[in-house]
Amino acid sequence: MRAAVIGMGESRSSPVIPDMSYKELMFEAAEKAYSEAGISPREVDGFICSSEDFLEGTSIFDEYVPDQLGAVLKPVYTISADGLYGVIMACLQVKTGADLVVVEAHSKFSEIVYPEEVLKLALDPHYIRPLGGNPHYIASLEATRFMFEFGVLEEDLAEVVSKNKRNALKNPRASFGANVSPEEILEREYFIEPLRKDDISEPVDVAYVAVIASERKVRELGVEDPVWIKGFGYFSETPNLDSRDWGYSLYCRKCAEMAFKMSKMGIDEIDFMEICDRYSYKELQHLLEIGITMDEIRDGVTHPWGDLPVNVSGGLLGFGDPIEASGIHSLAEAYRQIKGKSGKYQLEGVENALVQNWRGIPTGSGSLLILGR
Amino acid sequence: MLRRVAIIGAGMTKFMRRAKETPKELTFLATRMALDQAGIEISDIEAVTLGTAPDSFDGVHMNGEYLIDGAGGTNKPYIRVFVGGGTGVFSVIHGWKLVSSGAFDSVLVVCEEKMSSCYPHPQAAFYTIFDNILERPLGPNLVWIFALEMHRYMKKHGIKKEQIALVSVKNKRNALDHPAAGWGAKITVEDVLNSEVLAWPVQLLDISPPSDGAVALVLASEEMAKRLTDDPVWIDGIGYCLDTAYWTNRDLYYPKYVEYAARMAYRMAGIRNPPKEIDVAEPYDPFDYKELHHMEGLLLCKKGEAPKLVEEGVTERDGDLPVTPSGGLLGVGNPIAAAGLMKVAEIFFQLRGEAGKRQVKNDPVTGVAQAWGDLMQIGTVVVLRR
Repeated sequence: MRAAVIGMGESRSSPVIPDMSYKELMFEAAEKAYSEAGISPREVDGFICSSEDFLEGTSIFDEYVPDQLGAVLKPVYTISADGLYGVIMACLQVKTGADLVVVEAHSKFSEIVYPEEVLKLALDPHYIRPLGGNPHYIASLEATRFMFEFGVLEEDLAEVVSKNKRNALKNPRASFGANVSPEEILEREYFIEPLRKDDISEPVDVAYVAVIASERKVRELGVEDPVWIKGFGYFSETPNLDSRDWGYSLYCRKCAEMAFKMSKMGIDEIDFMEICDRYSYKELQHLLEIGITMDEIRDGVTHPWGDLPVNVSGGLLGFGDPIEASGIHSLAEAYRQIKGKSGKYQLEGVENALVQNWRGIPTGSGSLLILGR
Repeated sequence: MLRRVAIIGAGMTKFMRRAKETPKELTFLATRMALDQAGIEISDIEAVTLGTAPDSFDGVHMNGEYLIDGAGGTNKPYIRVFVGGGTGVFSVIHGWKLVSSGAFDSVLVVCEEKMSSCYPHPQAAFYTIFDNILERPLGPNLVWIFALEMHRYMKKHGIKKEQIALVSVKNKRNALDHPAAGWGAKITVEDVLNSEVLAWPVQLLDISPPSDGAVALVLASEEMAKRLTDDPVWIDGIGYCLDTAYWTNRDLYYPKYVEYAARMAYRMAGIRNPPKEIDVAEPYDPFDYKELHHMEGLLLCKKGEAPKLVEEGVTERDGDLPVTPSGGLLGVGNPIAAAGLMKVAEIFFQLRGEAGKRQVKNDPVTGVAQAWGDLMQIGTVVVLRR
């Protein structure tokens, strides 16, 4: 049984949303998603929410999700992973007979007073945490190794930042759009060498709700332009930083292999991609694992005018990073593009998209989705 | 087309207070045992599902990621799911989805909880499960809200503490036969009634203790299960249901969400008359009254009648409907997520006739395991058959 995205709701997004609680953000997103899909939450067979306790400041956070989604006395569960994993799990639920599954993910990162202290708690308590320091150092070490392995230069990183921030200027929802050239970026000082502040995405508050439907339900509802989920993959590497091959992102390669195999498609059939660029080097690292070469990237294929535009929405560098909702955010952007509703940054003649996400430091976990008409 | 899913191996560590093993080591030990029973290696496993909740016990942010290697999830599709106390049974439901959907043929389900690293007492971590605006200013505690629920249940049906204490006596006695149990004991109703009052009507021996432990199960598709074992145990029904977060607005005398979850699972398993068709049950018993509460939610008896069944000995191992033959959370221990999975493992052992001294006498074919959690809010149910 095939599954399709038939509704996607998104709350407003901003680095700080002081006047709305996470419940209100979720409600706004849910309302929009249900109305686009033309369904009532009472018809839904299952709900999947995505959250991490320490980011919410509440233990067993799954307690607080049902009311604002209309999911009271319904099958609801929570995953500790990105919303994109949730969409994958929704596809599996459709394959086990469900007709409508709702996936929710959100970020209220602005309420975390000491975010880096929370991130430190994700490090191994015995071996890594006692080393101290700002946890972004892990990304800088990884970036250094990656650049060494593939001959990537700081100019290449600056090019990614410049491209994504310029793309974001056309996206009305993006918070960090800027007309900044690679040269200007390279003049700025290091945050943690080789990364500058510009190379690191900034968190935003936002909520997303996606409605996933079975083929049967798509026909029953008469949805004219469903966006089909054609393939997916999720994968985790070892959590031990010392045992990972730092130049590569195995998780991304394995996810892509799984998704391409499932969709029976090749990279040449993909029209555009939304790739996780939580750090600028990650966009390049992920692209190389998916099968794009550094030469192609330097030739400009990933620019909006190129053959394979990447992050035309601005990516996480331009839009902001909604943490556990970053993958589902990328899905929302791809969904909009395929539907032809991206306004000023609409690409022409796009049919298939690839959406990829990484769970952030210190993990080696990620997910990937191929979707299209 | 749904694919059938079987459990082909189970493993668990001893449940104890202050285990010396780290959380990763606990998950490794349980995983190794489950793989050994299934007769396969970790390389034969295609995906891993982990259950643990909440992060605040271990003090590790993204605890699921931290536990990957212990749980055998390295370089595999791996995900952590949670629904509070219902996680243990839910993780089996999730594993069932992974296999039944056709995505994978073999899935490892692992649950771990190490509560003792939360210092001085895990109860402090439970404070953070309450609503940060409406409830936390009152300084609530889990025992208090369950005291409210227990009181309401007793009042509604005119149940006496003596009747409820029988559950604690039975489960702690049953646990004496469980090699992994930490709290097996021969106690009397008087012992329960004379134990320290924590929040009336809850007394010390009404409660399961905070524990450390891990449990793992190996799930396989029909084809793989039949190749590997002569007696697979099938997951024939799954159900789960989450009620509103505003628990103050509900009548606590009856767990409607457990009933909904049970109905979902029974419908799938084709069970119409649960008391007749179910041979052995493992309802969630973090408190003694909860076992009764959940027997009613699971439709094993009418509302308010569960205490009578316990008094009449129906729920003993040699009774007509053995309930919690393992010793349950009260006797074996309560490492939240792992405790729920232990209940599924017990039904697995019982249906295979591998429960040793704990083996029930009615030659069971169908069993049900259930867990419950969040703010008295979620029910998770699986029906197993051999």
